[in-house]
Amino acid sequence: MKLIDSIPYGNPKAASKQMEFVTVMVAGQLLGLPISRVHDVFVVSEMTTVPLAPGEIAGLLNLRGRVVTAVSLRRRLGLGDTYEGGRRMAVGLENQGEAYGLLVDEVGEVLKLNPDEMQPNPVHMDRGWVGLSQGVHQLRDQLLIVLDVDAVLAFETEREAA
Amino acid sequence: MDDLLLEFLTETNEHLETVDVEMVRFEQDPNNEAILSNIFRLVHTIKGTCGFLGLPRLEALAHAAETLMGKFRDGMPVTTPSVSLILSTLDRIKEILGELERQGAEPEGSDSDLIEMLDKMASQEPTAQEVAPAPKTSQTSGAAVYQVLERELKPGEVSLDELERAFREAPGPEKATTAGTLAYQVLERSLKPGEVSLDELERAFREAPGPAALVIEKPMAKASNEKPTALAAVPAVSKKNMDPAEAGESGEAIPGKVQTIRVNVDTLEHLMTMVSELVLTRNQLLEIARRSSEDHGYKVPLQRLSQVTAELQDGVMKTRMQPIGNAWQKLPRVVRDLSNELSKKIDLVMQGADTELDRQVLEVIKDPLTHMVRNSADHGVESPAERKAAGKPEKGTIRLNAYHEGGSITIEIADDGKGLNFAAIRKKAAERGIASDAELERMSDAQVAKFIFHPGFSTAAKVTSVSGRGVGMDVVKTNIELIGGTVDIRSEQGRGTTFTIKIPLTLAIVAALIVSSKDQRFAIPQIAVSELVRVSPTSEHSIERINGTPILRLRDRLLPIVPLSKVMGLSGNEDVNHGFVVVTQVAHQRFGILVDGVFHTEEIVVKPMSSKLRHIQLFSGNTILGDGAVVLIIDPNGLARMVGSDADRNEFQSDANLEQAAVAADELTSLLVFRGGSESLKAVPLSLVTRLEEIEASTIEWSSGRPVVQYRGRLMPLVSCDEELAIKREGMQSLLVFSDGDVSMGLAVAEIVDIVEDKLDIELLAERSDLVGSAVVRGRTTEIVNVAHYLPMVLETWSRKERKGRPERSLLLVDSSTFFRDMLVPVLKASGYRVQTASTAQEAVRLLSSGLHVDVVVTDLELSGHSGFALVASLRADPHHTTIPVIGLTVRSDPQQIALARKLHISEIVSKIDRRGLLSALAELNETLEEAA
Repeated sequence: MKLIDSIPYGNPKAASKQMEFVTVMVAGQLLGLPISRVHDVFVVSEMTTVPLAPGEIAGLLNLRGRVVTAVSLRRRLGLGDTYEGGRRMAVGLENQGEAYGLLVDEVGEVLKLNPDEMQPNPVHMDRGWVGLSQGVHQLRDQLLIVLDVDAVLAFETEREAA
Repeated sequence: MDDLLLEFLTETNEHLETVDVEMVRFEQDPNNEAILSNIFRLVHTIKGTCGFLGLPRLEALAHAAETLMGKFRDGMPVTTPSVSLILSTLDRIKEILGELERQGAEPEGSDSDLIEMLDKMASQEPTAQEVAPAPKTSQTSGAAVYQVLERELKPGEVSLDELERAFREAPGPEKATTAGTLAYQVLERSLKPGEVSLDELERAFREAPGPAALVIEKPMAKASNEKPTALAAVPAVSKKNMDPAEAGESGEAIPGKVQTIRVNVDTLEHLMTMVSELVLTRNQLLEIARRSSEDHGYKVPLQRLSQVTAELQDGVMKTRMQPIGNAWQKLPRVVRDLSNELSKKIDLVMQGADTELDRQVLEVIKDPLTHMVRNSADHGVESPAERKAAGKPEKGTIRLNAYHEGGSITIEIADDGKGLNFAAIRKKAAERGIASDAELERMSDAQVAKFIFHPGFSTAAKVTSVSGRGVGMDVVKTNIELIGGTVDIRSEQGRGTTFTIKIPLTLAIVAALIVSSKDQRFAIPQIAVSELVRVSPTSEHSIERINGTPILRLRDRLLPIVPLSKVMGLSGNEDVNHGFVVVTQVAHQRFGILVDGVFHTEEIVVKPMSSKLRHIQLFSGNTILGDGAVVLIIDPNGLARMVGSDADRNEFQSDANLEQAAVAADELTSLLVFRGGSESLKAVPLSLVTRLEEIEASTIEWSSGRPVVQYRGRLMPLVSCDEELAIKREGMQSLLVFSDGDVSMGLAVAEIVDIVEDKLDIELLAERSDLVGSAVVRGRTTEIVNVAHYLPMVLETWSRKERKGRPERSLLLVDSSTFFRDMLVPVLKASGYRVQTASTAQEAVRLLSSGLHVDVVVTDLELSGHSGFALVASLRADPHHTTIPVIGLTVRSDPQQIALARKLHISEIVSKIDRRGLLSALAELNETLEEAA
């Protein structure tokens, strides 16, 4: 299984054992993103929707003068959008030189977890989810799915075959 | 490496590039003295500089080349081998320069091979090097100039030495003057056109020491001011040598020298970024000022700031613009070398070389362009023999054309060669598994052509040193798309291939009109906008409709109107009559974009679209407005493409479109109109539908995740007609049942709307495989569903089983309607036939007479322009085809037709809409064929 290549700074010994994850909530499910991939966390103010865009793309955001593509994690996970106004949170990611904002329901704390303790995906997990998940961590009171950031941002856009 | 050498390298490389181009021109036009003298001057400059810098190899090479060129000037015939020799000498010089750049010193090695050849070539005609001068000098002035120069240059050093000595010995006035003259003398060596005056100068110096020196003292003083210590040091001297070289180029015609400096590109880039930021900040300030009604006294300075910013921006933009000709410079040489290597005759025509575009863009397209031209020369243009056989002139033409169009630049690379081999591409695509046979069958040639952009795709029969390795076209596409451009191919068998590259003018700043549609703002590049018209039903300008299509009468001309909300999918189908029409001009097309509101124009910094959104051709980028909002920039070219009015100027593809138009003109088709998951209407030809059913959703069973239903004692797979529509779990589900032999498929739809008879005029070809395209049916835009898309999804297994063990039969389908061909081909294929199609009787005859073997011919008896009966009659007249079984398709059969059919041995006449009848007729034929065999 592919692990995240970059290792957090600090004590190298501890670093080899511990990985930090930014946790987010989507539809009541706790998910973790490797902290090395997360640029920032921000509140979404104004979003421009893009007509004719693939469903996963919620719109475009202005993040400090940079145009950021907002991707709905809910829709990526095959869940319906239930946005009803109020505060919208996004996790800023970077992929192949482009900035993305991953829209989530809520952003939680940063967790330090040992990669060795990660369990593979349950066999009967939803197909769509398996592709986006690197594995599952068992926390005391709930399960945390480790998101594969590259997979989350790698959705098909070119509809034409040629 | 010292600066001097660096500068020398840059200069020399530039000169060499010019020489390359000029040399090719010269070969074609050997009598053009201006070209020759230009080349001569450049080579001489190189030689002179090398001498100063102590680069013996380069100097010797340049000298030898120069000698040969001197012969040309003396009247030696210009031959291809001699030009090739000079070109390869230039290549060697470039090689050495490359080494020099890497290692800071001239590499070891000998050039005696080249020099020997050059000398040999030069001595072939031992004409009057020494004889010529005197008479020529007194003849024409132009020749005389160079003659004199020649004389001085060849033995150059000596005369200069003498000159120097003369100066030194001359009773010169004072030291400063001496310094000046020394510098000038150096200048003389490289500055070719100046010799007449130098002659005089020399004489003047020799004869009269005092006043003459003073006359030339002015330029001298300037030179020596630059480096007062220049006296004897060689580097300093040659440094000056550069300046006069430049001066020489422009100084000939214009007395006031054009001042240029070299600036590091990074500096310019940084400047550009800062200006972009400045523009953004200015926009923000303007926005604040616009909102507050009070004037705190800053509005006037703000206006000024705005103005200055605009000017600054203009200026900086100019530093980035370069003529596209810079990217073309290498091409004449490339084409020349290729045509020699491949023994082809190729003309390279370049138009619009002075079209300017952003330096950054230019860099990116340079290599793709070269690659495409090489491709055209190698694959496109045929050999002279082939061309002659095809009735074309022996000499092929590659045409490069660049022009501005609607805020972007279009570059065309066209050849008049053999065109793309679509059959080979289809075959290759199938081999490589890029597309299935069924998919390929449905694709238009234009779609098939796009396969050449797939990585590793090459149909070249043999790999040449030039191309055919299958690397390249994908890189070309990637490079161009990287900067937000597009590549299109048009190709016609035997007539050539045209690549059209559209790239944004600049990656930076454009003026844009901000408009709104359904509460969302968009930017339209100002350059594409020709005027704005306010429309409302009561005003002078109102939107009228022809069969539901909005039209605006504008100064007695009809302007097609594209409601922005509609193309964006922001609104349903309601008719909008209020708003503004943005009259847009893209190339030869004019159309109006109907928007709800128009705000203002703003300078926007174009930011590229996210790679996830780049496939939406409607947008060329996005930007952040003064108020911080992100808006999308509409690409007028993309919009024009989307509304489909682009077709009329597309000379190659127009055939297909004409064909469709012809179908529309004479055929009324019964269409079943239904609704899928979204609001839009869909339709399918009624003839293809076997039955309409409504079933209880609870009877739908899910077998391995796929919905099936028990239907007439068999399991029938169900498919949803589009992604948005989920098959119902409860209530009643409407189905369109398509049957194919014993196999049925149910297409789940949301609602069956109507059955209408209308002209089927497919206006927009869909890029999605599940749609044939969109058509206006009863005044509503309707998507025509491609049943062929669904059939293989569920029927694959059956058709394969059925086919097993039976030899594949080949079949020729002749039908003038693209639509019917598209519909029937997958069905026939699924029944185990290899299908060839022809749209006209003529095409069918051509195919058959060219040796195509088919077991069965299925033809429409009412072919447009030519009766199907006539086709069969001509087949029967051909001894090869007297017995070939023919099945006729007709809309209505009458006794007269049947009698005629019998006479022509047409096995069966089947109603055109009776697919089952056709299949059983074929099956029957098959049996008789098998029996016979």
